[in-house]
Order: sequence, then structure tokens, then C-alpha cells
Amino acid sequence: MILPPWLQATASGLFCAPAGCHIDPRRPVARAVVSHAHADHARPGCGRYLATPETARLLRLRLGEAIPVQELAWGRTLVLNGVRLSFHPSGHIRGAAQVRLEHAGEVWVVTGDVKTASDPTCLPYEPVRGHGLVLESTFALPIFRWPDPAAVFADLLAWWRKNAEEDRPSLLFAYALGKSQRILASLPPDAGPVFLHGALEAPTAVYREDGVRLSAARRLAATEAPENLRGALILAPPAASESPAMRRLAAAGRAFASGWMQIRGFRRRRALEAGFVLSDHADWPGLFAVIRQSGAERVFLVHGFAEELARTLRAAGLAAEASAAEHEREEDEAPP
Amino acid sequence: MKPFARLFAELDRRRRARDQDAALSAYFRAAPPEDAAWAASLLIGRKPRQAVPTARLRRFAATAANIPDWLFAACYEQVGDLAETITLLLPEGGGLEEIPLHVWLEQRLPALHGLEEERQRRIVLETWHGLDRTARLVWNKLVTGGFRVGVSRRKVIRSLSRLSGVDEGVIDRRLLGAWSPSAEAWRALLQPADAASDAGRPYPFCLAHPLDLPLGALGEPEKWLIEWKWDGVRAQIVRRGGEALLWSRGKEGISAAFPEIRAAAELLPADCVLDGEILAWDGDRPLDFGLLQRRLGRRDPGKRLLSRIPVVWMGYDLLEEEGCDRRSLPLAARREALARRLAAAADPRLRLSPALRVTGWEEVARRRHEARGRGAEGLMLKRRDSPYAVGRPRGIWYKWKAEPYRVDAVLTYARRGHGLRAGLYTDYTFSVWDADRLVPFARAYSGLDAAEIRAVDRFIRANARERFGPVRAVKPELVFEIVFEDIRRSERHKSGVAVRFPRIARLRRDKPAEEADTVETLRALIAQKETTP
Ligand SMILES: [Zn+2]
Ligand SMILES: [Zn+2]
Repeated sequence: MILPPWLQATASGLFCAPAGCHIDPRRPVARAVVSHAHADHARPGCGRYLATPETARLLRLRLGEAIPVQELAWGRTLVLNGVRLSFHPSGHIRGAAQVRLEHAGEVWVVTGDVKTASDPTCLPYEPVRGHGLVLESTFALPIFRWPDPAAVFADLLAWWRKNAEEDRPSLLFAYALGKSQRILASLPPDAGPVFLHGALEAPTAVYREDGVRLSAARRLAATEAPENLRGALILAPPAASESPAMRRLAAAGRAFASGWMQIRGFRRRRALEAGFVLSDHADWPGLFAVIRQSGAERVFLVHGFAEELARTLRAAGLAAEASAAEHEREEDEAPP
Repeated sequence: MKPFARLFAELDRRRRARDQDAALSAYFRAAPPEDAAWAASLLIGRKPRQAVPTARLRRFAATAANIPDWLFAACYEQVGDLAETITLLLPEGGGLEEIPLHVWLEQRLPALHGLEEERQRRIVLETWHGLDRTARLVWNKLVTGGFRVGVSRRKVIRSLSRLSGVDEGVIDRRLLGAWSPSAEAWRALLQPADAASDAGRPYPFCLAHPLDLPLGALGEPEKWLIEWKWDGVRAQIVRRGGEALLWSRGKEGISAAFPEIRAAAELLPADCVLDGEILAWDGDRPLDFGLLQRRLGRRDPGKRLLSRIPVVWMGYDLLEEEGCDRRSLPLAARREALARRLAAAADPRLRLSPALRVTGWEEVARRRHEARGRGAEGLMLKRRDSPYAVGRPRGIWYKWKAEPYRVDAVLTYARRGHGLRAGLYTDYTFSVWDADRLVPFARAYSGLDAAEIRAVDRFIRANARERFGPVRAVKPELVFEIVFEDIRRSERHKSGVAVRFPRIARLRRDKPAEEADTVETLRALIAQKETTP
């Protein structure tokens, strides 16, 4: 086990015993430090939550206004029974933090989900030095190398425009929290009418209240006249793709924005006419950049291709180990 | 090659028929004839010969991407497509001068074939780095000989027909023959129809529809010809101008693989086209299909193979006689003409598929149960007044397969699928009990719907045990009903049996693993088969 004795991988998730808190617990625990508001990191039913102010707002939206959540500002240190804890941007989605833990003269950084590519809706990833790193490995294979987001958005606009010329709607599937807002923030303001599936409305509203500049968009009503949708862009969560409302849009061009669109098979299986390689996670080179910049010599890997990355790091002379929770998967970017 | 790579990308992405049509016709209109010819040939599924061995390509790619072999294998397992894995592993490229499709296929790729590894490596790496990702993917698929694209032969033919004004049937037939791509061949393909230039080519095959209505709905049994449904290689004998050629369905000529049938066909009174089936045959019954496949895979088989795996051609139909197209005559008349021809040739390797004498539908149903015992797959039901149609029309020819064998087996191993199923565990191994041990007896990929595939994939992820390369051992818990068409003894399989066309009938959530079938059940099926007449 390469984790220090004061940071353990338990069935409930990562546990820091001296501080008495779990980080991104999988089950209800007494005290949860939450890296960001995605469902696989922020579970309901915990006694107390600790999060960044932006994440706290999203947590209240997801888990209820009344949940006991303590906010800790970016870069400020909280001392919990001798453990020094602070939050630093991970660049993943709005509010997403790396958790820096310092105890007994040693620093461990828990990245949560991390993205090194640019995103106008959140603070950019900030390197944090540490002796050890708990790193996500959702896309830890060398086939995953993201194209420049600017080029992806140019493709996306071209696809939308072509559909608009044919008078058909463009139905774009994207995760409800993070990815959808990143898309809304990257569209030029005059590109055309944009509609949102109901599930996207609330998180989008929180982003707007936070002062993030997003393209204007309307909720897609069940009664929306088809002629209003011609030439429009409709954003919807992937889980809704088989819903009656989406099926009614039979004439629409369908596309999906996800890192998994790097692989043709995933796009073809869903009979999508376009796949936009747009991920909120680090790609293979990005993961190596995070490791290098942290200066860590011990790396514990969670999610996705943990084994593969651990083996590669060991060959490069680092101490690395994959989490034993083998079937643990990302929920915010599950393969379609 | 860029325009062809763009066409591939469009066809791969666009699902709507009219988008695909538009892409095809835009390409065919703009392409020079020598490229268009190759494109058509590739699109209808003819694959160029593999120019570089797969193992080498993997090695080149792993070196170029600077990753170890095991990591390459892990990537390949996710992507499920070798050409694409290589494409993704290397950074975006470009800058190679445009080389037309036909130059690649006629000169560059054949020249690559057989070069020593170091020289191949240099050329392959140069090409990979010089092509953008779309072109690289297509090029890799051409080099590996695995080119495929999601467009049907019919759609390509329709597009060519629209381009030229030539009837679809004529184009189809022209493409069936020994069609080798060139500017000449392209022009000939699109030329107005004329009987003389189409000699030597077979007709499009008429296919039977699966029986999907009760026998009673077919009317009087006397109106129908009942035959065994043979499981071999469907083949037309084209006997014209002193020569006889053998053609299989939509594929290349197969004359070279079956010289004895070709020799026998040359004994036929001149000028006719016959439809039938090649079967590996011994005495009064067919041999195992696997044996026939060995014959099919060998051009110019040696004397030993010829005598070890004898074959016959079982005649079904006559399509042309003395230069006249007879396909619109009623089947009964065509069959009589066929019987006359075969009698005149008088060669034991050319047979007439026997017509079953039956007195009513009940007897037809009964005879179906005899099929397996005779080495047939089931029955064929053809209207005696039917024409020899094109494609798979309803209402005139039916195939009625014998009931498949059924066994309940336990899912014990899984690996990820390819193509459309990349990344999902969809390639399953099923086992039956041998005392208290589970022994694998069949692998199957198909039979579940999308929701079931996802559910099984989740189960496998949560219950995976050891790893054997890409194969995961799975906790033996899920029981599936597996159906298959045939079963025989096999020394090469752990269970001692081999089954043909295994597939999943359903997931049996009601059955615990302990109650799955046993090796004895399988042995009993073989014994049963061997004792039926
Ligand atoms: Zn996340
Ligand atoms: Zn996550």
C-alpha cells in the first residue's frame, strides 16, 4: 500500500483518520470532503459536507437546500486535528477542487476529477506540489489525446449550421452538469436558437447566478412547435436519448460531446452522425503533465484505466498503485 | 486517396439513406474512372490482399507510439479495431503528397507486400506520419485487408445505376463476375446493356425467405415443390462457349477451388446456366461443413485433398438454356429442363436435389424432423409456378429450418466486442457441467437486445475474476439458453463436442447456475442425431 497510514482506501472511499473525514465517499459517512458536485463524488446522506463555495451551491441544488455544508474558500487552510486541508482548482467543472492534505510533514494531493484543457466556466487547473497524488485515470490510455477544444467547437458549429441549412434541429447530448454549460459558454452569441432539456435547466441557472457568461437558451417545452426547432440546437443529457420527447425529434441530427467519441465504435453504436471529442477529464498527456507538475513520487489511481496507468508509471520509476475497486466508474463521463 | 477517405468518413457517419446516396454520387461523379473503379470494388466488399502482416503493423505502431506491447493490446481491446487503434496512437499527421487511390492499390500496396521488415517499417511509418487521421484510418484498413464500410452492396449498385442509367440488375450481374478494377472496367460497367458483353457472368441469386406463416396459409401442398435445405456453398454453373465457370453468391469465381465440379460441368450439353449447391459428400450424405470450408479456402487443391474431401454439386434450378434467359418460366418447367441436362451429362458429381414426395402439410412437417438425420438443415418450399426472381422475394420460396438444438449453459468467460460493440463485454463463452466442473462448449456474440447487452456488461464488470489477456473469467452465475444448428464430436474441444452457429436465445434469470445442462446432455444430442434415419 503506497498510501500513508493517515490516508486509507476503505470500502466507503478515501478516509483520513486523524482529520476524521472521507474524501468523495461512496456511502453516507459522518464527514465528507467533496471535490465537486458530480453524483459519483457527492452522495446524499452524509452528516456534514465540506466543499468550495461554488460546489456548495451545486450541492444544495442536488442534495437539498438544508444539507449541512461548510464552505472553504480557494487556497484557505482548514486545520482538522493537525491535518492541514485546502482546496485548489482542478479545472474539471465549476467549483471542482483538488484537495491538498498535509500531515506529519507529508503532503498528499487528491485530484478528484481533473482537466488540463481550457474551460471558460471554471478556474483553470492549478498544479499543486505534493509527495503523493491520488489521481483519477478515467481516460488513461494513449489512444486518448484530445484535440484542441477550439477546433472541436468549430466542428460543432459547422455541424449545427449544416443542419440548420437543411431545416433540421441539431440534438446534442452532453452531461447535464459541467459539459452542457461549457458548451453554452463557448457558442458565439448569435449562432442561432438554443433549447435545453429540462434536466439542464437548474444547473445552468446556478452557473448564470454565479456570473458565468452563457449563451441564451430556452427550456424545451413538450408543446414546442416543431417549426421553432428547425435549425435550433437542443442540448440534452445522454440518459434522455431514448425518452419519448427525444424520439419525437426523429428528423434531428444527433451528436454526442464526450471523450469517448474518440472511438468510432461508441459513436456508431448509438447511430450518431457526429461525435465531438470534448472531455472534462485529462487525456493521456494531460495526466502525465499533472503528475510531473505535482512532483509526486507516489501515485494512487482511481477510476477507469487505473491498472494501465499504474503499470506505465512503475515502468517509469514511480511508485504507483491502482485502486482495488475495479468496477468503479465515472458517472459524469460513462461510456455511451 | 483523400477524396475516398472523405467518402469513407461520410458513409461511416451518415445514417440517412439520402445523405449516403448524395455522398456516393458526389464521389463517383468527381472521381477519375481508375479511382472510381477501385472505390466501387472496395465498397461492395472486395478486399485487397493484406500487404503487411498484422503482427508487424502492431509492432511498428507500438514502436512509433513509444509504448510497450501490453499497452498496445489494452488500447486495441478498448477500440476493437486494429486500423483505428493505430490511427489514434499516433499524433495527427499530414504533408504527404496526394497519391490517387488506384496508385495505392495497384502499385504502392502490392509493392509493400513481401518486403523485408525494416524496409516495410520505413514506408509504413512515413505514410502514417504523412496522412491525416481520416486518411490514415482508411489506409490502415486497406493495408490490413480489412476494409469495410457501413453501406450495402445494393446501395452502391443503385448509385451506379443512377449515374449511368443502366438497369440495377445488369450492374449487379456485371459486378458478380471476375471484375477487376481499371478505367476500362469502369467504363464497361456503366455502358448501356448489351447481351454479348455480359457473357460468362452468373445471374443474381434468388434467395428464400424464412417461413413466417402457418403451412395452411400456403394453399394446396401440390402447388409446392419440397426439397431438403442443404448447407453447403450455393453456386451457379455458367456453361457458355465451351467453358464452365463456378460462381458463389456475390463473391469471386470459385472454379479453381472445385476443379472436379468444373470438369464435370464441361460435360453438360453446351450453353446453360444452372443454380445449385456444392456439398462435401460421402456416399449418401453430406460431410461436415468445416470440411467443405477447407476446400473453399484452397485454390488449386492437390490430389490428396480432392480424394480426402470429395464434393458434389446438387442442382436446384436452370436459369438459361441455349442463350435464352429462362428465369420467367415456371419452376416446374425449369426443373424438368435441369433434370434433362443432368441426365445428359451423366456424371455422379452433378446431382439433382431430390424432390420430396409428400401427400399433405402434415407430412411436410414430419419430414422436417428427419432433416438433421439426413445431414440437411431443414426444408425448402418453392411454388411450382414461381419464376427465378432477384433478391429475396416473399411468397414464392421459403426456407424452413429444422428446430435448433437448445441447451442451458453458464456464462464463464467474456471479452470485449469489436466494431459496434467496442468497449462492451459482448463476446461470451458458455460452459456446461462435467461433474462439478464447468467446461466451455460454445462462444456466442449475438442474440441479446441492447438493454440486455448493457445489463450483462454491468454484471461482468462487477463479477470479473482473473484476467487471461483480454479474456476475463466471470463468476459463474448467469444462465443462458443457447441454441445451435448442429453438433458433433470434436477432439479439439475441451467438452469433446463442437457446435455450429451457436447463439443466445434468452437470458434465463429463473435458473440457478447449478441447474444448467451437462456434458451428458450434449453427448445425448449427438447419439440421438446418429440414430435418426
Ligand atoms: Zn466529475
Ligand atoms: Zn468523477
